[in-house]
Amino acid sequence: MLLIPCPICGIRPEAEFTYAGEAHIARPAEPASLDDHAWGEFLYARTNPKGDHAERWRHTHGCGRFFNAVRNTHTDRFITSYLAGTARPHGTPSAASPDAPAMRNDTEQWGQA
Amino acid sequence: MKHFSAARLLREAVRGQSGWTEHWRSPDRPAPAYDAVIVGAGGHGLATAYYLAKQHGITRVAVLEKGWLGGGNTGRNTTIIRSNYLMAESAALYDHAVKLWEGLSRELNYNVMFSPRGVMMLAHTVHDVQVAKRHVYANQLAGIDNDWLSPAQAQAYCPPLRLDAGMRYPVLGAALQRRGGTARHDAVAWGYARAASALGVDIVQNCEVTGIRRDASGAICGVDTTRGAVSARRVGVVAAGHTSVVMAQAGVRMPIESYPLQALVSEPVKPCFPCVVMSNTIHAYISQSDKGELVIGAGTDAYTSYSQQGGLHIATHTLDAICELFPQFRRMRMLRNWGGIVDVTPDRSPIIGKTPVPGLYVNCGWGTGGFKATPGSGHVFAHTMAHDAPHPINAPFALDRFRTGQLIDEAAAAAVAH
Repeated sequence: MLLIPCPICGIRPEAEFTYAGEAHIARPAEPASLDDHAWGEFLYARTNPKGDHAERWRHTHGCGRFFNAVRNTHTDRFITSYLAGTARPHGTPSAASPDAPAMRNDTEQWGQA
Repeated sequence: MKHFSAARLLREAVRGQSGWTEHWRSPDRPAPAYDAVIVGAGGHGLATAYYLAKQHGITRVAVLEKGWLGGGNTGRNTTIIRSNYLMAESAALYDHAVKLWEGLSRELNYNVMFSPRGVMMLAHTVHDVQVAKRHVYANQLAGIDNDWLSPAQAQAYCPPLRLDAGMRYPVLGAALQRRGGTARHDAVAWGYARAASALGVDIVQNCEVTGIRRDASGAICGVDTTRGAVSARRVGVVAAGHTSVVMAQAGVRMPIESYPLQALVSEPVKPCFPCVVMSNTIHAYISQSDKGELVIGAGTDAYTSYSQQGGLHIATHTLDAICELFPQFRRMRMLRNWGGIVDVTPDRSPIIGKTPVPGLYVNCGWGTGGFKATPGSGHVFAHTMAHDAPHPINAPFALDRFRTGQLIDEAAAAAVAH
């Protein structure tokens, strides 16, 4: 079970959360102007990277808020999390790089705001 | 390739088993050029290579595998075979595969241990009953065997099944496909590899495709690998959970998300479980292998991942349900559990066909249930690659359906309620 850093509530177990897919996929401002290919890309195409992935979570059984997180899909290690509606932090390091912040998924941090 | 037969077994028995040879050739590196390259030596990729050589006369084929042959989802699944799908397109595709399964050991001269012991899918709620009956009647109209069983009939078919009224997941009935069953997953990969190799196909293991080459017109002209460049005008990507990663090398974004899916096996015991039992509602499926282990499949994790391991709470949930349905297994010990990475499409149906890149073909999106389709998938995909046009059976499963909107919305395709 993952330990997930909610930007509001702190690190909590995965069972409190609902996964909500790739982040930063904005609905086109004028859908009627899109051709079928562009609309299909918006609806269905996903980056699905093996590596850092910006994704949405909802802290369903906590604060109830949607937020974004960057997680490495190869190691399942969270790099960072940030409020919904804000941009992905620039220069988010990959988990493989030596300067990656050590996300301490231990019980000491549970409940920290 | 030496033919396997009873006479040969006897001869080897008296000669000290000294005459057996490797089942397939293992070249160290690919040749500089092929007529077709398959990316991924799992069951589907090897079957594709076999049918390309056998049925379409294209024998200059390389199957390139990043790891070892059959070491991905082919070696990690719960080996269930069935074709009782709701949509006509899916039923046709999977029944095509079941018909090939029935003659596969003879076709390949390799015992894939296909065992049509019956697949029983349980219904636990009124909604389950309605959905299962709809499947049964749709299948019967399509000429695919599937029968509705009362709880007592279900227990008669599978005596370990518990029917107490106070159960957490009461059994209200079941759909039974008698032609369904299991096969030996490794033998499927090995059998196709041996037969394809005998027809001239090169299978190169530990050879990762690192780039897909396109010429000035945009068409496929080859691949780069960790063991040298290969030129080819046809490249078929059959990379399961890593499809998005491989296709990104050609600049194609896929409607795929990769999830961990878990399975477990118990310690081996004497024969005690006669069929395959599945439950969509509680994400559990179970059968007993010929070696005696209970083979148990759990659900997918909630999030995308390539980690090849899932959360323990997912497996625990399945084991809770298994112990509730089959109390005789409560004291069984589990030997191993593991995860595979499954490629899931938005409509839970596979993608088999051409791509926007000329010469590039893709066979993916089998989600949590691709093993059952292995022979049929390879058969129609080989046809697609040989003719640059889909076989009538896989025509509806084109990548283009995510542009046209002609989805094959098979909620049952994965046998679990996603």
